[in-house]
Amino acid sequence: MPLSWIVLGLLAFAMAGFFLGRARATRAVQGDARKLHSLPFYYGAHVFLMTFVSAFGLLVFWMAAQPSVIGWWIGAGLEGEPGAITLQLSEIKRGAAQLLETGTSPYDAASVVGAGAVRYAGMVQAGHLFMVVAVVLVALGGFFVSLRQVSGEFRARNSVEASVRGLLIGASLIAILTTVGIFLALIFNTIEFFRIYPASQFLFGTVWQPSSGGGAMQPLGLLPLLWGTLFISAIALAVAVPIGLFAAIYLAEYATPRFRNTVKPLLEVLAGIPSIVYGLFALLTVGPMLLKVFGSGGLGWMQGASSVMTAGLVMGIMLIPFVSSLSDDIINAVPQALRDGSYGLGATRSETIRQVVLPAALPGIVGAIILAASRAIGETMLVVFGAGAAGRLSANPFEAMTTVTAKIVSQLTGDSDFTQPEVLVAYALGTTLFLVTLGLNLLAQKIVAKYREQYT
Amino acid sequence: MSGVPQKRSLLVADSQLTKRNAAESRFKIYGLAAIGAGLFFLVVLLSQIVMNGAPAFFQTQITVPLTLDPAAVAKAEKSMMKTAGYRGMLEEALWNEVERGGIETQLKSPKELREMISAGAPGNLREFALADEGNQGTEVRYTFAASSRVDGYLKGRVTREGSKDDKGIRPEHFDLIDALVAVGVVETRFNLTFITGSDASDVRPEQSGMGQSMLGSLAMMFVVLGVCLPISVAAAIYLEEFAPKNRFTDFIEINISNLAAVPSIVFGILALAAFIQFGGGKLEIEALRASAPLVGGLALSLMTLPTIIIATRAALKAVPLSIREAALGVGASRMQSVLHHVLPLAMPGILTGTIIGLAAALGETAPLLLIGMVAFVQTDIASIGDFFTAPNVGMPAQIYIWAQRADGAWYERAWGGIILLLVFLVAMNAIAIFLRRRFERRW
Repeated sequence: MPLSWIVLGLLAFAMAGFFLGRARATRAVQGDARKLHSLPFYYGAHVFLMTFVSAFGLLVFWMAAQPSVIGWWIGAGLEGEPGAITLQLSEIKRGAAQLLETGTSPYDAASVVGAGAVRYAGMVQAGHLFMVVAVVLVALGGFFVSLRQVSGEFRARNSVEASVRGLLIGASLIAILTTVGIFLALIFNTIEFFRIYPASQFLFGTVWQPSSGGGAMQPLGLLPLLWGTLFISAIALAVAVPIGLFAAIYLAEYATPRFRNTVKPLLEVLAGIPSIVYGLFALLTVGPMLLKVFGSGGLGWMQGASSVMTAGLVMGIMLIPFVSSLSDDIINAVPQALRDGSYGLGATRSETIRQVVLPAALPGIVGAIILAASRAIGETMLVVFGAGAAGRLSANPFEAMTTVTAKIVSQLTGDSDFTQPEVLVAYALGTTLFLVTLGLNLLAQKIVAKYREQYT
Repeated sequence: MSGVPQKRSLLVADSQLTKRNAAESRFKIYGLAAIGAGLFFLVVLLSQIVMNGAPAFFQTQITVPLTLDPAAVAKAEKSMMKTAGYRGMLEEALWNEVERGGIETQLKSPKELREMISAGAPGNLREFALADEGNQGTEVRYTFAASSRVDGYLKGRVTREGSKDDKGIRPEHFDLIDALVAVGVVETRFNLTFITGSDASDVRPEQSGMGQSMLGSLAMMFVVLGVCLPISVAAAIYLEEFAPKNRFTDFIEINISNLAAVPSIVFGILALAAFIQFGGGKLEIEALRASAPLVGGLALSLMTLPTIIIATRAALKAVPLSIREAALGVGASRMQSVLHHVLPLAMPGILTGTIIGLAAALGETAPLLLIGMVAFVQTDIASIGDFFTAPNVGMPAQIYIWAQRADGAWYERAWGGIILLLVFLVAMNAIAIFLRRRFERRW
């Protein structure tokens, strides 16, 4: 029976339960709803939840667990080295899948694999049957138990609300699950990588030259990528921080409300443009423009359109609204009394800003800059197009270099063999990126939170 | 300060005050200059997009009278390379038109016209010929796409000087194109294929379109709406309305604000490991496979989760306490007060936040690259299941693929794709602003 039918059937059954439960509640008090503890709706909802949620939960759990259980069961019967067993098992699975689909097995039924495939297919079918039976039994059980509970005194609302509350808590746990998932995905694969590749060579290597099938000998050094990332981020911040900060100061301190209400959304348009657009802008507009001035026709410092400078400048443009919005909020949070005091002593507006407002807002602004740095380090599409592909340790900003994020993309796209170090290195790079950005974010949050405390 | 300050009227500015005032106006100018720079970049960016992308919406077409000879069709159908015969027919028809118009050309045979005809045009002619027997044997005015070189020449992307070493086109062709444009055989028309079509192979940029990727993006947006919205609203309700203030809820909150700042590519790694390798591989869930919009949508859902949670919490917080107290006062339970009264009032804010989160997800590329939504796709979407699980690309991924092909004609397509993408983003944000203006209540 296809899955969608099972789910639809469950839903229909549970809906029937809803109406029966409601009717039974009304009948239990001879139609006088005042004698019920809860509104009739809640009795129906109680039956619905008891029927559907329990059976559906079992269904999901069974679907998730069945393949592993059967695989473990069949695998236990195989003999040989662990690697060979895994290989045999995957062959058995393929055979079983074909057997189930077409009815004929690609393997000889007398061979180990062929026999395994037949057994496997049989177990899958049996498992499916058991699952349907179990789900139906649980649904029936939930249905009858909850229906029997329905009476005038039964506190249906409390029960339903407890379930709903459980669902709400479950939903907020998904946020944690996501973080856990990120951790697990990164950690397991990173450990796998370090098992076949020396950690010191990755962490302190100064050459990045992956080659397909190069094994542990190929140079996969983190430093050139980290250098490229930091170099580009530094240029980006050098562009974004002065422009963003001055724009924020003007908007917060000088601008008329009308000017502010027009300009601020316009600047924020820059933040709403997807990063791939900036990537193309860097590659096709800014890169060639820089090449004209700094390339072989001009100063001769630049080889191609992609360079640290190209990516850095465009990333700076992208980060302007990020810096200006955050700084604007922070400058606005500085109490007016501080400004008034300064004006009262005869300071001009700019003197007040420089000597009173900015020092007061400094922690918050530093937090904003750190957040912008974290953004810059994690930015991907822009550097994929704008920065170049070769890992290089050089101080010339007009040279093409690459970044951690760009290499994660290039190592994980295409046909990847997840046992090779040149593919698994992407997870180690991902872990590095995650830890660095996480550290920066936590730091920035701490600074900003402290700053908020100060003035509220 | 040196010396005794002279006694003067306060109304007369002394040298120090002049200096300070100058510093004041300088400071103000810095601020204006910064804003000016930001706006300047915005204008440059947008004008680049429009200038480079607009040509993608137009395509050079060639219109000639053409008689499909049934015998020639039958012969073409018999040969191995079926489209080769049809290409010959197109070349012949164009050659006849050139001769009939008395246009002088240095080209000697119909075969030399090949460079002017789109590589995909013969295939289209074949479809046209086989679609209806009636199309054969009578003369029709048939319109087909010119090659991307011809197209680029008329749009100014390809120049005579720039094509000296180009094997794909010769100066004689340029002369002929100019002559044909003058008589109206070659003209540039609106290119509907670009909006409705799917990707085309390397040599046929003139036949590619964003249609397929729009479907992919639409599927992903449905997944984000269906998965992310209920979960984030539920999580936000719990955290804002019910959660006790303790270490555990603090931990969840820190968690969410950190998730909001995790680089999008990390979500791609998560989706690759959790959905494709674990869900699709270990647990053998068939729907979770590489390149499926379902997986892309799930990845974007995880990414959008914190955005919508934060927006929902802000919307819930904006509903005044008196609403909750009034509900509790007439005997509602806490759950009832939230679900029946607070949530409906917070709905406009939640929707606004959701649309903005969706817009951000729509433009996101990096996670899609990692889960394989960058393949060359020409899938027939036959059912709802296919819509979500058949390999597809998203709009930004399609732009990425085209930009990777590193060719003028494909860059033009990529910019054109960006225009379409931005149209969607602007529309979504406009809806969000409209909702906010229309339904926002100030308490």
